[in-house]
Amino acid sequence: MILARVVGTVVSSHKSPKIEGIRFLLVEKIDPVTLIGKNDFVVSMDSVGAGIGEIVFYVSGSSARMTGVTEGKPSDSAIIAIVDNIEKDGEFTYRKNKLL
Amino acid sequence: MILGKVAGTIVSSTINDGMAGSRYLLVDKTDQYGTQKGDYIVALDIIGAAKGELVMVTEGSPARETLLTVNKPVDALVVGIIDMIDENDTVAYRK
Repeated sequence: MILARVVGTVVSSHKSPKIEGIRFLLVEKIDPVTLIGKNDFVVSMDSVGAGIGEIVFYVSGSSARMTGVTEGKPSDSAIIAIVDNIEKDGEFTYRKNKLL
Repeated sequence: MILGKVAGTIVSSTINDGMAGSRYLLVDKTDQYGTQKGDYIVALDIIGAAKGELVMVTEGSPARETLLTVNKPVDALVVGIIDMIDENDTVAYRK
């Protein structure tokens, strides 16, 4: 799984009938320590309802078809979790909700 | 499999249905000497690896070949904690 930030949505009106109704998000891979984007973008199917600006991680390859949303669909990338905290060497590098 | 060092943990409360309660580790890829490359992946942990340990991570669809991960959306799985790496009859890494 790769950490990434949701930077936008991808809209397609002319697509394979199998993937109609699925939400596509544009995600940018990030460094987990600095949280800076790597200028490396992927279009990923959303299975958790992620929003713009949130940090998520996605699965690639055949494992992307193992979510309820993408099962049997031509998917090779699926967002499976919205990240709350990233902890490295005992310190939080990212906290979604500062109160937690 | 690739070698990596456990650098931290990832916490997520909004997660795909099949993966609730899973433990995710932040793993930094390393060479055979344990030198970190600064190239991070998120890996599912089912064996209880601790911070700082050198581990083996299976990537891709083989990560689903365990009883706990079958048919789950997993593409990186910690499958072993490294005790020792031997390279050309010299010890490259020892825990």
